Amino acid sequence: MAPYAGGLTASRDVPVHDAPATAAAAPPAVRTTGLVRSFGGRDVLRGLDLTLARGEFTVLLGRSGSGKSTLLRAVARLDHGVAGSGGLAVPDRVSLSFQDSRLLPWLRILDNVVLGIRGPGARERGATALAEVGLAGRERSWPHELSGGEQQRAALARALVRDPELLLADEPFGALDALTRIKMHGLLRELYERHRPAVLLVTHDVDEAVELADRVLVLEDGRIAVDLAVRLPVRRSRRDPRFQEYRDTLLAALGVTEPGDRPHVHGGPTEHAAPPPYGDPVHPPQPTDRPDEEKDSHDPRD
Amino acid sequence: MTEALSRPRGTRRRLGPGRAVPFGRLLGPLLLVAVWWAASALHYLDPRILTGPGSVAATAADLVRDGRLQDNVLISLQRAGLGLLFGVLAGVVLAVAAGLSRFGEYLVDGTLQVKRAIPSLAMLPLLILWLGIGEQMKVTVIALGVAVSVYVNTYASLTGIDSRYVELAESLDLSRWRFVRTVVVPGSLPGFFVGLRLGVTASWLGLIVVEQINSTSGIGYMMFQAQQYAQSDVIIVGLVAYGIFGFASDAAVRAVERRVLSWRRTLAG
Repeated sequence: MAPYAGGLTASRDVPVHDAPATAAAAPPAVRTTGLVRSFGGRDVLRGLDLTLARGEFTVLLGRSGSGKSTLLRAVARLDHGVAGSGGLAVPDRVSLSFQDSRLLPWLRILDNVVLGIRGPGARERGATALAEVGLAGRERSWPHELSGGEQQRAALARALVRDPELLLADEPFGALDALTRIKMHGLLRELYERHRPAVLLVTHDVDEAVELADRVLVLEDGRIAVDLAVRLPVRRSRRDPRFQEYRDTLLAALGVTEPGDRPHVHGGPTEHAAPPPYGDPVHPPQPTDRPDEEKDSHDPRD
Repeated sequence: MTEALSRPRGTRRRLGPGRAVPFGRLLGPLLLVAVWWAASALHYLDPRILTGPGSVAATAADLVRDGRLQDNVLISLQRAGLGLLFGVLAGVVLAVAAGLSRFGEYLVDGTLQVKRAIPSLAMLPLLILWLGIGEQMKVTVIALGVAVSVYVNTYASLTGIDSRYVELAESLDLSRWRFVRTVVVPGSLPGFFVGLRLGVTASWLGLIVVEQINSTSGIGYMMFQAQQYAQSDVIIVGLVAYGIFGFASDAAVRAVERRVLSWRRTLAG
């Protein structure tokens, strides 16, 4: 369970994931070398080296101001006018989903979904994508007629209909309520299993990271401080003791110590310096902190 | 106790204006005509100052019978329509050019702000010098006024498009043309319609100016002539014609706006 070194392609020797055997041989989905991005003379990314394998689900954690969003925008090549240097290789087909669904209010749902694709079969593909996210029959609705979770699902359909090799997501569930978020985790993981894009998802929710990711990166001061492979079954339970271990490791890496924490005996990230004395409210109390009260409700894939 | 129960089953107090009544907008103008009619019927109004609605209607019927009203209305409508058409086209093209490129903004925006400060009437001597006193000059004067109000409002709305939508378009690799079609145009439509309504008004204003100077036809000319023969009833017919066209054209723009912007949820509903 020792974290592997940052910048190396993940070795996906996990039996429970049907990882592509060619992952190591095929060119990576994303490679950054010495990536630097600065705002107003301050380096937000400081020579960041990162390689994401094809079809790998990576979650990027970090405190506010750690450079998560800067990295994501750099990989999305949306950082016009930002000073920087370094090498960046990304695939042709990249989709980005945002914290807000960002549906255009003047387009109906299907028109929103097919916004980024063209060609004769576009509308059929859009309708299929909508059905995949459970929004069949809502093609003619206006965005404001959908609930927050439905809007985010439509945004997911818009990202997936482009058949991306790389799916970037900037806190895609940050604005959703807890119940909707749990459902969306299941949906995202299901869609990922089916389409197998490389995923880079930014969040500040440690539970979300452990629940979704094959690999978790913790960004600190513009560098990757922790690079942790999550070796858990596809169907994950928050009550699994190993889930708790990953969670505690990552919380420690983020400098959060919870009252009543067990000592970290399972080999936390060694690269990480001593946690700062102040805590960050990275992780609000979750219902899963009281595991007896719930039955495995996090997994709607059943 | 009874006060607390005075709204027992109702929903909460409504702060928006409530449901729209069809043709409710006619209430104000009809009330105005009713007051006018009552005042002249009670001989409160001297007919030499302001003729009553009855004799105005009779004069209008006379003018229709000998064809003068239709001819003049038609030529006026043609001028206003052409001016509006060219003005709207110019305003939209300039707003898109200024909104989508820095060069366009630097070239166009300052120039139009200067034009905005100069009333069309002040441009008239120069335009007569350049274009003569024919239809060309009249349509140009109207178009200039329309273009400015369409430009100012469309440009303001266009530059106010949420940058998050621009980012979305970039992330979806939209072509510039598709970006204009799916984001810029729909996003600036609310401002465009404000500009269009002001532009319609501007076209009627411009019409009045050009038809009262060196003209031989049109509603304005008809009114100008009536002034010389002290026919206040003919003047009123002209005013009413202007009013009806102004109201009808505004209502038409509103109806189109309601259809096109049906995705919006606003206070007006």
